Amino acid sequence: MSPATERCRARTKKGERCRNPAGPDGRCAVHRRPGRAAGPERERGAPAAHTPRAEADLGPLAPLVDWAEEALEFLGRRLLGEYEVDEFGHDPDLVEHVLAPLLRPLYRRWWRVETRGLEHVPASGPALVVGNHAGTLPFDALMVALALLDEHPAHRSLRMLAADLAFDLPVVAPLARKSGNTLACAEDATRLLEAGELVGVWPEGYKGLGKPYRERYQLQRFGRGGFVEVALRTGAPIVPVAVVGSEEIYPMVANLRRLARLLGFPYFPVTPTFPLLGPLGAIPLPSKWLIEFCPPIETAHLGPEATLDPMVLFDLTDQVRDTIQRTVHQNLLRRGGVFG
Amino acid sequence: MGRRILVTGAARTTGRRLVGALAGDPAVERVVAVDDLEPAEPFPAGVEHLAVDLRSPALVRTVRSAGIDTCVHLGVAAEPRAAGGRATMKERNVLGTMQLLAAAYHAPDLRRLVLKSTTAVYGAAAGDPAVWTEGMSHDTPRHGFGKDAIEVEDYVRSFDRRRPDVTVTVLRLANQVGPTVDNPLTRYFELPVCPTVLGFDPRLQFLHEEDTAEVLLRAILGLARRGTFNVAGDGVVLLSQAIRIAGKPPLPIPEPLVNRVAELVGRTVDFSPEQVRFIQYGRVADTSAAAGRLGFTPKWTSLRAFEDFASRLHRLVTEEQVVRLEREALALLRRTAGWVARELPR
Repeated sequence: MSPATERCRARTKKGERCRNPAGPDGRCAVHRRPGRAAGPERERGAPAAHTPRAEADLGPLAPLVDWAEEALEFLGRRLLGEYEVDEFGHDPDLVEHVLAPLLRPLYRRWWRVETRGLEHVPASGPALVVGNHAGTLPFDALMVALALLDEHPAHRSLRMLAADLAFDLPVVAPLARKSGNTLACAEDATRLLEAGELVGVWPEGYKGLGKPYRERYQLQRFGRGGFVEVALRTGAPIVPVAVVGSEEIYPMVANLRRLARLLGFPYFPVTPTFPLLGPLGAIPLPSKWLIEFCPPIETAHLGPEATLDPMVLFDLTDQVRDTIQRTVHQNLLRRGGVFG
Repeated sequence: MGRRILVTGAARTTGRRLVGALAGDPAVERVVAVDDLEPAEPFPAGVEHLAVDLRSPALVRTVRSAGIDTCVHLGVAAEPRAAGGRATMKERNVLGTMQLLAAAYHAPDLRRLVLKSTTAVYGAAAGDPAVWTEGMSHDTPRHGFGKDAIEVEDYVRSFDRRRPDVTVTVLRLANQVGPTVDNPLTRYFELPVCPTVLGFDPRLQFLHEEDTAEVLLRAILGLARRGTFNVAGDGVVLLSQAIRIAGKPPLPIPEPLVNRVAELVGRTVDFSPEQVRFIQYGRVADTSAAAGRLGFTPKWTSLRAFEDFASRLHRLVTEEQVVRLEREALALLRRTAGWVARELPR
């Protein structure tokens, strides 16, 4: 057996080869596909599939072959249904191999996202990440989630709370679930936090996403502050996150309300390029992005009884909103031009 | 004196299995199996078969006079076609339950009532919470089995209030699968292709038939626990995943055409509109109450239970094929890459 095959065959979330020693099925304890022992009928992952000589022969093509090998394994797993999702439908295998790789070029090259303050997000245990929302399509939420997955030392999955429309649209609905999101309701949020997950919430909702370009970087009303109630009940800290850059990706100059109502959408945007250029208009503008996580606001010391006091809820909501608004303004100054 | 147990709907798979297990238990003195159908295999020795409809006066006499201490109600049917049409099914489900409870109300020795219900009472919709707990308020499913199950549960709850000396246990079971289970969902996975709603991939939960029998036995013979409990295998399985484990090709159908197709498919698998919604949105129930207060954790996870069921299916895509294809593709790739690496420097 070659030294290379004694290592786990999976990749870490960062995309590097896992360095852990492999078990009999060619994977380490972390990446082992659960519930599947390497039995006699099961030859997948049998480490003798290639020889060390073949490994040496490939030269500069070795990484390409490694990649293809992983892609083939992934396809095989999907074809046989050999993966597990959690009770919310979160599918880390799909996120790691398909969804995150699709978003990464947007994050790194198109919007050149700079992320700061990741140390404010706990490495384990529950926390509620609360951010501003803008840009017609929720790319800001996706970029915050990717920042936490790729750049946070613990590679945390952000479990976001999404509007019910997301779970009623074909194609979008399963993708929303598989990437770890769930319906924005107190039950789901509480359940996730109690399970120690990192939960993301965008309290402006459609009001933020669908606001006209002239109101850019002005935070909308923060719903009814339901997220604060959930944080108090579970004692989870609130981590405000400020996103700069999402406002310019689809500058919305008008909203065709009547058409939106006809289609059942919360708004129908008109941007300088959409619907004028058709599908080309769906290409977002390459603005420069800054994401900043702010110091956490602790809620555990207030106790769950604090949910009974509306004043506490209002104050906390305002505190979170003001923190985000302030940080957005600071980072706007820091960014300079829209395109960086 | 041993336990005297009456089981309704006893001729079907679950009931047949349950009365067999009960008759073999030393703590049980008498088992009365009520069903107007004949079981596929005869009932084991020691089981009295009362071949009557739930609405029959003979049932009332038996419940009242035979010193029945436990009533197990399995007789809520989910399949309109098998029951002889939707109207008959509803009548049997709801009126049958009312009659049974009316008889039970006058049974002096009755101490326990166990109802086999279903997680279908939660319905299936886009705006549902991800995981249902027993206490969550839910929209009433407007038709079909789910609606019957809710009405049956309501009658049982009202019985619970009127007879505080009887411990009422309601078990909401997830979709059952297993080697011998035959229901609309298992028949769906036996189709040559599995129609799905285009662009939807719901989360499903399964309960293995062995666990169904086990949880019923626990509720009947174990410590009496009043309340409602969700029962399902741990974890969830996505529909797409289940179809692949079953080795079938999926057939995605655009939403507007779904009901048309369901009517066609419905002729073979007894597929009702609520099952179509289930295939579109799915549902997941929280099982921590059963694990805690009832002390019951299924032996089979949802995934394992489904795999056990799927092992009887004829697979169009087998694991060996996929593994072989994967290995061959990789070998070809390595050969090509090796050749390119050798030839390129020249």
